[in-house]
Amino acid sequence: MQTQTILAELFPNQLEYHIDNWVIRGSAETKVGKVEIIGTVDSAAINHAIAMTLANEVLKVIAEGKKTPIVFIVDTQGQDSSRADELLCLNRTFAHLAACVDLLRRSEHPNLAIILGEAVSGGFLSYGLMANQIFALQTSQVKVMDLKAMSRVTKIPLEKLQSLSQTSAIFAPGVENFYKMGAVDDIWVELDEHLVENAIESQQSHLDDFLTDKRRDVAKQRDGRLLCNEIVEAVLSA
Amino acid sequence: MNNSYIQKSFYEKTARNRIISIVDKNSFVEILKPGSMPTSPNLASLDITGSFDDGVIIGKAKIKDNFVYIIAQEGRFMGGAVGEMHGAKIVGMLLKAIDEKPKAIVFFVDSGGVRLHEANAGLITISEIMRAMLKVRNAGIPIITVIGGTNGAFGGMGISACLSTHIIMTEEGRLALSGPEVIETLKGVEEFDSKDRALVWRVTGGKTRYLLGHVQVLVEDDIDDITQEIVAALQLPVANVDLSYLQQQQDGLQQQYDQWFGKKDSLSIWQSMNINNPDSISMLSAEQVKAIKKG
Repeated sequence: MQTQTILAELFPNQLEYHIDNWVIRGSAETKVGKVEIIGTVDSAAINHAIAMTLANEVLKVIAEGKKTPIVFIVDTQGQDSSRADELLCLNRTFAHLAACVDLLRRSEHPNLAIILGEAVSGGFLSYGLMANQIFALQTSQVKVMDLKAMSRVTKIPLEKLQSLSQTSAIFAPGVENFYKMGAVDDIWVELDEHLVENAIESQQSHLDDFLTDKRRDVAKQRDGRLLCNEIVEAVLSA
Repeated sequence: MNNSYIQKSFYEKTARNRIISIVDKNSFVEILKPGSMPTSPNLASLDITGSFDDGVIIGKAKIKDNFVYIIAQEGRFMGGAVGEMHGAKIVGMLLKAIDEKPKAIVFFVDSGGVRLHEANAGLITISEIMRAMLKVRNAGIPIITVIGGTNGAFGGMGISACLSTHIIMTEEGRLALSGPEVIETLKGVEEFDSKDRALVWRVTGGKTRYLLGHVQVLVEDDIDDITQEIVAALQLPVANVDLSYLQQQQDGLQQQYDQWFGKKDSLSIWQSMNINNPDSISMLSAEQVKAIKKG
């Protein structure tokens, strides 16, 4: 589905946006008021320029002081890989972007990420995974690496990875797996204008709860990650 | 043969030996000691023998009488990469610090990032680490990170490391997002020749990171020097990660980008910084490089 079609279904009222250098910036009206739209499109390979632009837009919304909700649009193939980007410490710029989203969370702005196309490794980590909640379209692709490449790097036969991925959500690509692992809150099949406003309205009723990371509890409930919660608790009580 | 250099080398040591050689004698108390937790079933299902600590050692210690938490990644086990249990131990330690308020968390990062064998768990737990690190900082507790191990700090751990309050780095340490091998595979050897070690260090190594202001401290690969820098960092105030702090960071990033983006080797940046004999920087000691930066 096209970005334009999806956004029109999610935001039928006063949707406006522009796309420049893979960055989408816009806004829409909902029953809970105006929401800001910030993110990437067309499977962006995120580089310094994109990460800095996203961070700057987040900071501008916080600086307005109106606690306006932000909807992050996620469509990224991961980080851009270039020597020029690495020389200027792309990971540090990603850390900055992540810190900006974290400040947004702490500044009482409802916020959520919607995975429209792809959500891959570093690009996903730098903003999508930092949001209060993540919703993914059923057609979206969420992964660290596809199984073929994983087999090559880990030297584990592809057949073994494929057969194990039938029963384990731990390593294989797929939005369902990220749901089980606690990272994706819900998978959206049918789109309508109430999805985003309902999510924001629900966040507004208990925003403080999002300051505690509950993804490992959710992962346990969904049989995705079975060990992490226990280990964190063991460390806390040691 | 004089092997005192090897004895003092952080790079050459295991994570456990790094801890023991830096903290006060007999002060280290490990949490989740070997035998007190299972080895990773995720690895077992792939017929890989797990490690009794899943590649990270956590605990409490004193450094020159300062009460600190220690997190040390073991680069020799699966490249220090972050899997489900490994990540959970780090998250646990960070959250525990908020309750118990040690003077600091000292983090020996030595990791290629996400452990592909547990890719989804690894990626998500790194985002849990990132959120927890920011929470620790906002509780006023410094996170002092040392990068000087065999695997450097790459991928998600390269990102996480940059959320520390303070990074101490050796010349041998490397800090970046994609590894040179990955870039070479994706974009070709003309973009990044991963076998050209001098180039790899000029792009990702400690001297470059220090001179460009990506990390706070450059130090020799020497346990005593590293300990001294940790103690010095313990005395520094922790900046709140608030709006004005992040706006300042944003301006700094923009400035860096406008000045230098597009250059592909630190040598050309040194030239534009008017550093004399940029070619000689690789030969200089940490002290000499610090003197250049101070002008």
